Amino acid sequence: MFLAILAGFLLALAAPLLYRWLGKWVYAPMALLPFSIFVYLLTLAPAVLGGENLGELHTWAPSLNINLHFFLDGLSLLFALLITGFGTLIMLYAVGYLKGHPLLGRFYLYLTLFMTAMLGLVLAGNIISIFVFWELTSISSYLLIGFNQDKEKSRSSALQALLVTGLGGMALMGGLILLGMAGGSYTLSELLQRGDVVTNHALYLPALVLLLLGAFTKSAQFPFHFWLPNAMEAPTPVSAYLHSATMVKAGVYLLARLTPVMGGTDEWQYTLMLVGGITTVLGAFLATQHVDLKAILAYTTISALGLLVTMTGIGTAPAMEAMVVFLLAHALYKGTLFLVAGNVDHATGTRDLTQLTGLSGSMRYTAIAALLAGMSMAGILPFFGFIGKELLYEASLQESPFRWMLFAVSFFSGMVFVSVAIALGFGVFWRRSESPTALQHPDKPLLYLPPVILAGTGLVFGLLQGFFVTPLLRRAAESMLGVEQVFELALWHGFTLALGLSVITVLLGYVLYRKANRLLSYASRFNDLYLFGPANLYQLTLKGFLAGATKITATIQNGYLRSYIAAIVTAHISLIVLALWENGPRLELTNRLDQLSQLRLYEVVLLLMLVSALVFLFKSQSRLTSIAIMGIVGYSAALLYILFGAPDVAATQLLIETLTVVIFVLILHKLPTFGYLSHAAERYKYILLSLAFGAVMTYVILIVKQYPLDSEIKAYYGENSYLLGQGRNIVNVILVDFRAFDTLGEIVVLAVAAIGIMAMLKLRMQKGDKP
Amino acid sequence: MEFILPFIIGILFSASLYLILHRHFFRLILGLILSGLATNLFLFVIGRLTRGGSAIIGQDESVAVEPFADPVPQALLLTAIVIGFGIQSFTIVLIKRVYQSFGTTDLDDMNTTDQIDENH
Repeated sequence: MFLAILAGFLLALAAPLLYRWLGKWVYAPMALLPFSIFVYLLTLAPAVLGGENLGELHTWAPSLNINLHFFLDGLSLLFALLITGFGTLIMLYAVGYLKGHPLLGRFYLYLTLFMTAMLGLVLAGNIISIFVFWELTSISSYLLIGFNQDKEKSRSSALQALLVTGLGGMALMGGLILLGMAGGSYTLSELLQRGDVVTNHALYLPALVLLLLGAFTKSAQFPFHFWLPNAMEAPTPVSAYLHSATMVKAGVYLLARLTPVMGGTDEWQYTLMLVGGITTVLGAFLATQHVDLKAILAYTTISALGLLVTMTGIGTAPAMEAMVVFLLAHALYKGTLFLVAGNVDHATGTRDLTQLTGLSGSMRYTAIAALLAGMSMAGILPFFGFIGKELLYEASLQESPFRWMLFAVSFFSGMVFVSVAIALGFGVFWRRSESPTALQHPDKPLLYLPPVILAGTGLVFGLLQGFFVTPLLRRAAESMLGVEQVFELALWHGFTLALGLSVITVLLGYVLYRKANRLLSYASRFNDLYLFGPANLYQLTLKGFLAGATKITATIQNGYLRSYIAAIVTAHISLIVLALWENGPRLELTNRLDQLSQLRLYEVVLLLMLVSALVFLFKSQSRLTSIAIMGIVGYSAALLYILFGAPDVAATQLLIETLTVVIFVLILHKLPTFGYLSHAAERYKYILLSLAFGAVMTYVILIVKQYPLDSEIKAYYGENSYLLGQGRNIVNVILVDFRAFDTLGEIVVLAVAAIGIMAMLKLRMQKGDKP
Repeated sequence: MEFILPFIIGILFSASLYLILHRHFFRLILGLILSGLATNLFLFVIGRLTRGGSAIIGQDESVAVEPFADPVPQALLLTAIVIGFGIQSFTIVLIKRVYQSFGTTDLDDMNTTDQIDENH
């Protein structure tokens, strides 16, 4: 299993290169990969169907309990077969759909990346690796939705899908970690045994809320459903594969996977039934309000996902049975119908239901696929969809306080499904028409074969339901229920209540189909209502975030040097005050007052000179005077150095001070007169800040000097500078010997500054240059 | 002297910050120079002051005899002063260049590259 995933990632990355080498034949290796994984999984199937759970462990980060753990049971196998089987067909279909597209290689990269991530998700046996693969599917879905990157709508839809599912992913991570804490393990097979521990744990509720957020965003449940119809901006192979058959079912998979761990409680059951129910009805209703083929399919997909969640919520054996059967049936017929819609769009250039008619003559095979899939969707004997529908009715009609509500939900969606199935499977193709829609180019085998195969599978599974399908689905249902389960799928149950209801559904669905135009005419009346919908809310939130970010940036990053510096200094002062406030040492000045008496006359003169120089500096209106005063301050500092035994420093200070004054004077005549630019309003604020800064620095020195300094380095240099460095001036020896490399660095800094100065002096503006 | 020096350094820091916060480029440079000076003195004082003994080993000795000044802060100061000079001369030439190019030395007129367009 690990090798399959690894091969997937490697081949994905190689796709653009392969496209360059092989041209359009790139589809051969790309389709071969999912096919060989499909076959490989089939070889594992007998063991799984025999009731075994296959595992595979590669240690990854054992200290964090994160391992590359793979786990294959009935549920995983069902999903994995769906992903690779459907994947093979999609890889073939994609080359037909995007033939000649310059970025086909990149498309295959994204698609294979997604397929591998999805496969990893359903095979992962460690909940952290589930999360990693989960996020990978979100990212590859983002890339695929935005594949037509030159279209603005594509990009914004991709971003929307990423933000919604990404937000859910974040919640999911929190939920999974809480789950791991509650269950005491991150390994799926261990968690599956500890359902009782988890549901009674204090962390159960927060974990549940977060996990459900993740699952609901991914599976487009109300109120997060709005990203899915927008995701239809993706090329049709993507819509069919990701946004109908596989990725959007990841949320359902997660719920199903965790049913034995988290399920069975009231919170779980009611939330799933409520959210699933609302989604089902809303999706079905919205499907009747659109004429775009892909939009209709997207909304019915939302509705179907809602049904799956509802069934998971009910949680009884018949409901789980209905869920897995409907899941498979839905993947088969909905995938087909998406491919059919893609073919129609490709051949005629439109997806508007009202403009498409009589295509059965010109697109014979696509029409057959559409008819087969439509019949399965409508739940007509002997298609696999029929079995799914029967089981849904049976499951929702079980003894429970909500039975009529649940039944109403599945009945309503069933009716809409029939109507949509007739419109797509029959209306577009087979309804008699005077003027069939014209084709821009004929149907191609690579485009019609995949849907025909998929739709045919739906028929074969319906007819031969006992062979392979029943044991597989049985094991899948067992994974959710956690106990051995016996069920038999059969086409014919006799004249039961469910059969009668199926017939009524089809009849009412046909009526709905006839009245579809009438329903559509009401569509505009709901426009005001959508203003309060989650999609609009999303837009408002996004705009609010952008405006807020702009505002914050404009405030913090306002471009005024002094406000930056003021912020830095304020932070500096606050940190020092904070550090000294709580448990810092207290300042004791009294015992140092005697030092005042040691003050000598020349020292006092020096101090007076410094202070009066500063006073003059602030009073002065002349540049020359200012420079001269700066010289005084610098020389005073040099004198200080001499007083305290630092002749080298003093010499340097004198030199540098002189040089600075010389440079200043040299360029002085190039500068404007020294007008005082006041900022009266902020002036006092800045004076206060400056005083605080000076006070803090003084305080720090006083505190530090309260303690003796015992410097080993001083002693070391004192002992060794002559013996090791052969020099009597210790400072010089340090600079040129002990720390010679630091001095080299200093020289480099000076050289860089010199180069910068040269560049500025020599720079001459060319015409048209910006200054 | 030792008692007074911390206050002198505080005054220097205050003066330098106030100059830096001015709008005028010229005063900004004065502030920078002062702040460099204050920082150097700060380091020097933090490294303890020794009166009457430099960090030089006498002719007839092979190791330094107490009291001798701590050579480490002095070495740091030498480096700091020289690098400070690099920065000073760079900014001094920069102000000339800025005035040539923009015709102003008002810092508030030089905030365009850092400002984002709020209407964007």
